[in-house]
Amino acid sequence: MSLVLYRIDDRLIHGQVVVGWGQPLDIRFIVLVDDEVARSEWEQELYRMGTPPEMDVYFHSVDDAAQALSKYREDERPGILLTGDVASMLRLVKQANSEVREVNVGGIHHRSDRKQRLRYVFLSPSEEQLLRELSDAGASVTAQDVPATHPVELSELLASEAGVQ
Amino acid sequence: MSEKGATAAGVSPVRALVAGHGDFAAGLVSAVQQITGRGDVFRAVSARDLSGVDLEALIDRSLTETGAVVVFTDLQAGSCTMAARRLTRNRPNVVLVAGANLPMLLDFVFADNVPPVEAARHAMERGRDAIGAIGDRK
Repeated sequence: MSLVLYRIDDRLIHGQVVVGWGQPLDIRFIVLVDDEVARSEWEQELYRMGTPPEMDVYFHSVDDAAQALSKYREDERPGILLTGDVASMLRLVKQANSEVREVNVGGIHHRSDRKQRLRYVFLSPSEEQLLRELSDAGASVTAQDVPATHPVELSELLASEAGVQ
Repeated sequence: MSEKGATAAGVSPVRALVAGHGDFAAGLVSAVQQITGRGDVFRAVSARDLSGVDLEALIDRSLTETGAVVVFTDLQAGSCTMAARRLTRNRPNVVLVAGANLPMLLDFVFADNVPPVEAARHAMERGRDAIGAIGDRK
């Protein structure tokens, strides 16, 4: 089974992840990849408390995650890997020697330098560039907040204007 | 407690926030309003399409504006619960109850003679006890 979803979501662990994807995919572990959270016991405890008892959570910096990735991919249980931003996912994918074939853009929300692309995706020009680089690195990039909605291809995502969907 | 004596004109009647996904909060508060006429005890907050940072700021601002120290949320792992937990670091007096339901909020509404924190603990127990399967004879 191993890692069944690689997701970029600025809320990291939250309802859409543990219930929306977690239930249908029978998720048993989450790999939370974030340099800041990896440095903070307090942050880790917060996310641990927010995780249902049937799931394990593992915390890694981006560099550590790249080292540990093959171990998680060999895990028999279905798992989700999360990053909070595009840059972290790109760094991971580049270090992972094309082990990551698909990346899900799950939620990147409003910020002053970002332009709205979908209801749940706002992107700055540099983030758009990083998403293209993700695609160039061999990962198929689609946006999809929950399993019941349609995945939006990267080309469509970057072409879409606010209010679409 | 400091909650007492807040009877001066202009003081917010809000004693708790209700926060959750979609229209969860507004829906629960409208149900409380229909049953008791006291929906004004709560302020509804929706997590819809907000980043974690913006959501935390919204809940924080709502607490400041209303003077409330109790937050009811929908889901343990939900983003409202995460955001509210995050801000308890700077607001140690805030009580957070995750997994809110209608019986819980109704109990809270009627416990208006005790401090909100105490009322929240009582409401939590009542909300838990109110869950049951109809016709399930063991």
